[in-house]
Amino acid sequence: MKYRSAFDIIGPIMIGPSSSHTAGAARIGRVARTLFERQPRKAVISFYGSFAKTYKGHGTDLAIVAGLLDFDTFDERIPDSLKIAEQSGMEVIFKTEDAVPDHPNTVKINLYDGDIQLEVIGISIGGGTIEITEINSFKLKLSGDPAILVIHEDRFGIISSVTSILAKYQINIGHMEVARKEKGETAIMVIEVDQKIEDKIIEELKKLQNVTRVIRMVE
Amino acid sequence: MFRNVAELVKLAEQQQVKIAEIMIRQEIEVSGLSREEIIAKMDENLTVMEKAIERGLNGVKSQTGLTGGDAVLLQNYIKSGRALSGNLLLDAVSKAMATNEVNAAMGIICATPTAGSAGVVPGTLFAVKNQLNPTRKEMIEYLFTAAAFGFVIANNASISGAAGGCQAEVGSAAGMAAASIVEMAGGTPKQAAEAMAITLKNMLGLVCDPVAGLVEVPCVKRNAMGASNAMTAADMALAGITSRIPCDEVIAAMYSIGQSMPSSLRETGEGGLAATPTGRRLEAEIFGEPKARLADYLVSRDS
Repeated sequence: MKYRSAFDIIGPIMIGPSSSHTAGAARIGRVARTLFERQPRKAVISFYGSFAKTYKGHGTDLAIVAGLLDFDTFDERIPDSLKIAEQSGMEVIFKTEDAVPDHPNTVKINLYDGDIQLEVIGISIGGGTIEITEINSFKLKLSGDPAILVIHEDRFGIISSVTSILAKYQINIGHMEVARKEKGETAIMVIEVDQKIEDKIIEELKKLQNVTRVIRMVE
Repeated sequence: MFRNVAELVKLAEQQQVKIAEIMIRQEIEVSGLSREEIIAKMDENLTVMEKAIERGLNGVKSQTGLTGGDAVLLQNYIKSGRALSGNLLLDAVSKAMATNEVNAAMGIICATPTAGSAGVVPGTLFAVKNQLNPTRKEMIEYLFTAAAFGFVIANNASISGAAGGCQAEVGSAAGMAAASIVEMAGGTPKQAAEAMAITLKNMLGLVCDPVAGLVEVPCVKRNAMGASNAMTAADMALAGITSRIPCDEVIAAMYSIGQSMPSSLRETGEGGLAATPTGRRLEAEIFGEPKARLADYLVSRDS
């Protein structure tokens, strides 16, 4: 089921005018920032489908940038986000793409800070609910639920080490996905869980051999 | 977990509780939060809705100037005593518009189920409140009932204008509101489902064609009519009128209609009212970059 909570339907509390094109966009921006683990110096935002056609009218541009600034969907600074980004030294470039995406509300966000780069593709599926469909060319499905992302070297036994730690803390996994580009290279694990994950669990996961990064997603 | 309206109604009948209670129990199970936490969270949403209506009834104007002030006009008209279609109905319509005018002005609202359709559920709630005198708890339950029906639509069809047209947004909101009105007025779970079916049937095929791509024209007035539709359908269901097509099948029909809608009529700002000469002119005035089709129009009008 795409929607799990009553608050996906009644909510979010947000700055208008569009839940998919404003609130959802802000959430995608914020997830991208969380994945990047810092405020980017430069962001290239490419809009597809309905986003490309109407992003100005809905303030989708303002909302994505607000998300990159770590603002929530009801932050009254959203209408001023472009100015705030400029003041805080974040360069923003908007592009519109003609390619027809799988979902009409699709955005690709490329973030840069020196040598560090990240590419995130997100879709806004309605009512402020979002999914991340691609991270650095890894195809996956990450929704707004509590989740962790584990980036690791593709070696045997890592998945079981990670899930063992979650089991030890009685964290129930609702959905899990693993992806890699080539055998033996970098791989990624997306684990959606039912409970909130505490810092000590994240720290323990980070200490595992061959685990490069562990990122906790914000709701 | 209920997957469709039939299951939802059955659960409420079996457990002899309101649909709102079924939604609350499911939320407790899914979220792991306590009942008190869940109620408090919905209470916050209710507060946001109340404030948005208040703000809209004081008069707002969007940045483009396309919308704002209509909620006030309608309230003044109600006060004049000349209203034909009934004060309660028009109060719901006015409050639905108030919310969406605030939304268009980039103010704070609560999406129900989306921002573009955020007026219908609160508009009807704060209108029927004056007649039914609900407790705060009952007002919160109104929102959970709406959530339960919206949950089914969202999972089986769509609540996104870009995916399914306005029928999926204002249509869904109106169906949700109708069901909630029925439950608050003391109707049965089955009557709530009938009200939703009757409402949604009459919103089928409604396209999403916002002028200049903005959630303003015709969105504010579509919320007005969504509220009016919900009120009428709720009264019909409470009178004992049923829908010949079951609620779940109406939802399925809405979904398949959305699937076959051309993309120009799904929130792209390319078809319908957005593509009318006036729609194009407004778009050009707002964004200052006349589109090709606008140029075509100007030529044809001059010649």
